Amino acid sequence: MKKFISEDGLVLPLDRSNVDTDYIIPKQFLKSIKRTGFGKNLFDEARYLDKGLPDADCSDRPINPDFVMNQARYAGVSILLARENFGCGSSREHAPWALDDYGFRCVIAPSYADIFFNNCVKNGILLIVLEENIIEKLFADTFQNEGYRLAVDLPSQTITTPDGEKIPFEIEDSRKNILLNGLDDISMTLQNEQDIQGFEASWKQKSPWLFSRIN
Amino acid sequence: MSGKTLYDKLWESHLVKNQDDGTSLIYIDLHFLHEVTSPQAFEGLRIAGRRPWRADANMATPDHNVPTTTDERSRGVEGIIDPVSKIQVKSLDSNCLEFGIDEFEIDDPRHGIVHVIGPEQGRTLPGMTIVCGDSHTSTHGALGALAHGIGTSEVEHVLATQCLVQKKAKNMLVSVNGQLKPGITAKDVVLAIIGHIGTAGGTGYTIEFGGDAIRSLSVEGRMTVCNMAIEAGARAGIVAVDEKTIDYVKGRPFAPKGELWNQAEAAWRALVSDEGAEFDAVVNLEAADIVPQVSWGTSPEMVAPVNGYVPNPADLTNESKRNNYQQALKYMGLEAGTAIKDIMLDRVFIGSCTNSRIEDLRAAAAVVKGRKVADNIKEALVVPGSGLVKAQAELEGLDKIFTEAGLQWREPGCSMCLAMNADQLGEGEHCASTSNRNFEGRQGFGGRTHLVSPAMAAAAAVHGHFVDVREIEL
Repeated sequence: MKKFISEDGLVLPLDRSNVDTDYIIPKQFLKSIKRTGFGKNLFDEARYLDKGLPDADCSDRPINPDFVMNQARYAGVSILLARENFGCGSSREHAPWALDDYGFRCVIAPSYADIFFNNCVKNGILLIVLEENIIEKLFADTFQNEGYRLAVDLPSQTITTPDGEKIPFEIEDSRKNILLNGLDDISMTLQNEQDIQGFEASWKQKSPWLFSRIN
Repeated sequence: MSGKTLYDKLWESHLVKNQDDGTSLIYIDLHFLHEVTSPQAFEGLRIAGRRPWRADANMATPDHNVPTTTDERSRGVEGIIDPVSKIQVKSLDSNCLEFGIDEFEIDDPRHGIVHVIGPEQGRTLPGMTIVCGDSHTSTHGALGALAHGIGTSEVEHVLATQCLVQKKAKNMLVSVNGQLKPGITAKDVVLAIIGHIGTAGGTGYTIEFGGDAIRSLSVEGRMTVCNMAIEAGARAGIVAVDEKTIDYVKGRPFAPKGELWNQAEAAWRALVSDEGAEFDAVVNLEAADIVPQVSWGTSPEMVAPVNGYVPNPADLTNESKRNNYQQALKYMGLEAGTAIKDIMLDRVFIGSCTNSRIEDLRAAAAVVKGRKVADNIKEALVVPGSGLVKAQAELEGLDKIFTEAGLQWREPGCSMCLAMNADQLGEGEHCASTSNRNFEGRQGFGGRTHLVSPAMAAAAAVHGHFVDVREIEL
């Protein structure tokens, strides 16, 4: 899995709460059987003025000039600043795949939906939770200062602003370890093979009907 | 010592081990797969040279992407016109064959929406842990199982290890006290709950739904409630086991039989929260206060009583919420203060894993019987949740009632709930929908969704706008 250690990048302010995964990547692009290529359809319905079709060439589609990500000053962003309950709704992992494919390495928001949160860790995307008032200030600073960047450092769990202010953030040790080392969690789980087999044997004794196929 | 909640019991019974980093390994009894979120997981297994840990703990069916017209469906997988969808459905077939996983293929009479057919077949059993790469897996919690949605990486993880790495959620009890008034359905209950606690109200929790009103719901009604736990932010919703649960499971094709049934039944009866169990959060609602609900905005928490009005964002003090409401009204093309009953509709959709079971279809049919779809409704779809639901409905003559009233009777699948197939809203169209999400673009680019119960959707089809179903003579 992809590692996350640090990211120094331009910030995109997405000033909208309860952003759902349908908004991040609409359903028609979920017909793909691959994990890549979703970046051009990230936020498709907000980003373009026409209806997006799978496999369509997006380079000549009409752009929505009002959508923040289409403004020239936000070209090359890699850090997404968002509002509460980001990533709610559908469990589609295509949402983090699309964010990653576009170039986002990190999201900063007051809160996230649970399934989306897990899906991001599996794809090496760092999700940072900060208090509302700090988020508010980051939005204001990003809007006011063209070229606003943040430097995110996972080992020290700090975000450094352009004027040198350091904002600490919390992260569970398990997630930090996975991100820093890019660990493959299937291999990690399979290190517990004997425990799983042991559990399975006793569970089968207690609940034999779960292990006896009728049809 | 205080007692345990049902969630505590389900968690503890499936705990393989607590790991040093604070996470836990949880054993998964049953894994459902469908065509949209599984191909990359199977590819991952292939690349790593892995096989399923326990192939018999998996069951697959294509549902999200399948067409619902009889013309396409009569030719099985080859009948799918959209070439990209066809590849995805065929990939599921070949992956299941390669990895030894049971699949109800598109032309199997038992095919249907995965969350409908699991319980219907008795694959879903009380006390199980159940996952699927779909957020509405919470549906299965209605049978006293711990069930939730996962992403594709976790689909691969479960296939390879039969386990998930998890942190335990907190316990929330949502108690709906007293008795529901006539004409109020499970859908109205869950919409009212989401309207009350908000779309993130259950984030980080497993919600147990309890109280007399929940107990009085049928098991199918409880599925509707648990189905939408995720719309309140909770990955899993559960209802304690009672006689109705046991009766529902008994005799289903995959349910245990004979002595195994007796053992299972005895174990399942303990699947209730103990007296005095402590919850981290408790929410109480009075059943008598719940009236038919209609969503007016772009989040399932944006609901109003059918006799109510579209709210005015200016009345809100919270700025973020005010912005949210303004964005929603703009997208929905609605003015603050509009009566819900004055919202004119273009389409009606009766279906989805929330509301496509036989009781839902009976409720809708009772409303449209002997009536006609209003002239302003361009299309009204009825999409049964499974082949068996469809067959049962046809046995009861419900299909005739629908088609005589001018609704279309389709083949099973997810259909317009997420509009991956051809069943979609046009830009700007308003739809009365029995599905679960009213997000922007959910049912089609620029489409405007209003979430309602099957009876309310049927009444809206007949009148062309929302009406209080309690005022309709049945």
